[in-house]
Amino acid sequence: MAIQSPSLDMTAGAAVAATPASAAHGYWQSVRRRLRRDPVTVGCAALLFVIVAAAVAAPWLGLADPYKTSMLYRLKPVGTPRFLLGTDELGRDMLARLVYGGRLSLFMGVTPVVCALAVGATLGIAAGFLGGRVNMLIMRLMDVFYAFPSVLLAISLSGALGAGAENTLLALTLVFIPPICRVSESVTTQVRGFDFVDAAKASGAGTLTIVRVHVLGNVLGPILVYATSLISVAIILAAGLSFLGLGVKPPEPEWGLMLNTLRQAIYVNPLLAALPGVMIFVTSICFNLMSDGLRAAMDVKA
Amino acid sequence: MLLYALRRLLYLVPVAFGVSLLVFALVHLAPGDAISAIVPPDAPQEVVDKLRTYYGFDKPLPVQYFRWMLVTLGGDFGTSIGTGRPVFEEVGGAFLNTIVLAIAACIVAFSLAVVLGTAAAYARSRAVDRIVTSIALIGVSVPHFWLAIVLVIVFSVELGWLPPMGLGPENVAGWRLDLDHLRYMILPTVALSMIPLGVMTRTVRSTVKEILNMEFVTALQAKGMNDGRILLHVLKNAAPTCLAVMGLQAGNLIGGSILIETVFSWPGTGFLLNSAIFRRDLPVLQGATLVLAFFFMMLNLTVDVIQTMVDPRIKRG
Repeated sequence: MAIQSPSLDMTAGAAVAATPASAAHGYWQSVRRRLRRDPVTVGCAALLFVIVAAAVAAPWLGLADPYKTSMLYRLKPVGTPRFLLGTDELGRDMLARLVYGGRLSLFMGVTPVVCALAVGATLGIAAGFLGGRVNMLIMRLMDVFYAFPSVLLAISLSGALGAGAENTLLALTLVFIPPICRVSESVTTQVRGFDFVDAAKASGAGTLTIVRVHVLGNVLGPILVYATSLISVAIILAAGLSFLGLGVKPPEPEWGLMLNTLRQAIYVNPLLAALPGVMIFVTSICFNLMSDGLRAAMDVKA
Repeated sequence: MLLYALRRLLYLVPVAFGVSLLVFALVHLAPGDAISAIVPPDAPQEVVDKLRTYYGFDKPLPVQYFRWMLVTLGGDFGTSIGTGRPVFEEVGGAFLNTIVLAIAACIVAFSLAVVLGTAAAYARSRAVDRIVTSIALIGVSVPHFWLAIVLVIVFSVELGWLPPMGLGPENVAGWRLDLDHLRYMILPTVALSMIPLGVMTRTVRSTVKEILNMEFVTALQAKGMNDGRILLHVLKNAAPTCLAVMGLQAGNLIGGSILIETVFSWPGTGFLLNSAIFRRDLPVLQGATLVLAFFFMMLNLTVDVIQTMVDPRIKRG
């Protein structure tokens, strides 16, 4: 989807925070202060908190059973007594399914980015800091994955691996490793060129120490900002895979899968059929706006 | 210039090799082999073995890979296990349909994005900027397959203005440029253009804004050049960055149209890929993925070369 590599290089270009590693504490404090003053970010964070909290606490919210089908109450419209948001094609309560659906949908969107962040950032920082052959090897490997449009890669991988949540997670992680690796590599390469790295080397610090003390503090910010901007892409992509029948299997409640099964109902009850997508849309907008806020607060240029 | 293009082409060779390995691996990632997908579970072992030998699945993997690559390089992508037709024909026909849709979406998205992005960068009032950034935000955040469904609900189910699915009225022959076929294209095009519209509007806006702050713009203004001609200078400077993003977006459209094609039953590569996955038709999956990946690589290369041509400041060599 919207993974754009030219902007990656730009992210990296502006990424190097001027803050020296020793002052990192003050830097993070000011980031937090700036975030708190941004009403849009705070609003999105609050909304996301509600969605996540509801998904996590779903069993204790007194909702209907999201798996319980009923032949009598199929495709009831929004506002039916007992079924606040109506029922789906098998008579299951939509409200319960939308709330429970957040569990899988959010999990499937966030987990791949976190895993890819761990792998991609490690590879990218190693490539950027060590340079030479290692860089060449890692980055050429990434080029291979870059030769695929991201959606195509995700779909082909999960198509070959077969449907199922684990395979989707694996496929999405593989899709997000290369872009994160690229950003990490170019940010690290830049930091490596600074005098304080040379100074540390001259004073006899080992590679690991330099990376831990001098590099990480300066590169993690931009990498993190970039990774957060991928979450909304990941959520949409994960939902898309389930929508195609390549992700979560029925009868699990998941927004993408619900969109798929409710598609047949667009002639009967169109509003109902659109509901799961609204959830995906809202979550994705919130993550995007939060990522923008974080970028501004951390002073990382787009 | 030609030398640069050639060098880039040469550099693609190892990447292409890696891509072919990955596509080949796709089939072997699959649980069970391609044969077990097409034979009934109670098929006698000797039939399975015969089929396996026929398709070459009994050879060691490296041998299989090189055989596959040699045949593929010769333009033979194998036979579809599902339909028995050559994969090349199936993919080729579908690819044309995808391209038609992608070009339409590119035209809509890019022209709108340039206008909106430039307007937002130029706007003195915050309202215009706000509206444009909101449109861009919606573009990058909306699940486009959901938007597709919503469009069908509104314009086909409720209003009945536009057809909900298909390539054209008769659905047998391929795509043609006429009014009927265009009617069928409207909804998929709109849905497909959302993501590139969002991404490009953001890019154009930030690039133009950055250039407007440059000194040469002030200098031109000081010399008394009229705004229209300054805009021309600004756009020329913004072109290389925007072109690079456009190239990627165009490529992603072609690879990413699978969801939209599924919603609208548009017989393109995405639709083909999807049905191949469900029939476990691995040769078609392999062929379609390979064709799309190579197209994407060539597109990136072309954009890169065009970028160097447009922007004399980029010295590559």
